[in-house]
Amino acid sequence: MVGLEHYLVVSLLLFSLGIYCVLTRKNALGILLGIELVLNAANINYIAFSYYGGGGYDGQVFAIFVIMLAAAEAAIGLAIVLGIYRSFHTIDVEAIDRLRG
Amino acid sequence: MTVSDVIFYLIAGIAVGSAGMVAFSRNIVHSAFALMGTFLGVAGLYLTLGADFLGAVQVLVYVGGILVLMLFAVMLTHRIGDVEVSNRSVGRLPALLISIGVFGVMVTAIGQANWGSAEPAAMSPTTPGIGEQLLTKYVLPFELASVVLLAALIAAVMLSRKEIRE
Repeated sequence: MVGLEHYLVVSLLLFSLGIYCVLTRKNALGILLGIELVLNAANINYIAFSYYGGGGYDGQVFAIFVIMLAAAEAAIGLAIVLGIYRSFHTIDVEAIDRLRG
Repeated sequence: MTVSDVIFYLIAGIAVGSAGMVAFSRNIVHSAFALMGTFLGVAGLYLTLGADFLGAVQVLVYVGGILVLMLFAVMLTHRIGDVEVSNRSVGRLPALLISIGVFGVMVTAIGQANWGSAEPAAMSPTTPGIGEQLLTKYVLPFELASVVLLAALIAAVMLSRKEIRE
């Protein structure tokens, strides 16, 4: 029987893979992909606790706000990445070490 | 093992497997496409948890919006000519140790915690309830969310427009 723990472990797997992705990538876009994984893992937890905690809509509403913030973060993050690419001609996060434009 | 268990393991396998491809693939385009599998798998998990509205939102916003945006950025910044063979910042081994450490600690915590034995909620359409909550209990965060989105929209335009010098 699938219970709350199964969902928590799946979400934890996604979270760990996201952490690994953020830590190992040099590419700024790869880091953003890892962040999306972490946000999705958090959302699974919200929904799982909402379902196994007797229903109610609080968890789902929170998940909607997380999705909204993820969308805003992706738009801003990608705009910044494109801006960096225009001025540095690379998105390698280790090559970007100047604050002066 | 019932049918719902098989479905759960199938969907979870898809989600975690493609998340592994996102994390371990060396090609950023492959990673971005594998992310689609993860998003769809997570949407399936939402459906097995009775969150039908969120499953639809996940597909619409993540797969239809964020992923397309990511692919656009990958295509705009990825030069076919330069092959980046090494794409790690922290060494691979320390990163692996950190993630496995996090996983180990938290999986022990999940195993030891007493989660109680509340009955799973009955599955019913959630859209009317979520709409009602958004306009009553969560009306202030809801309005703030619209302000945040407007600010993000303006900021994205400001950041990515061409510089116009006087």
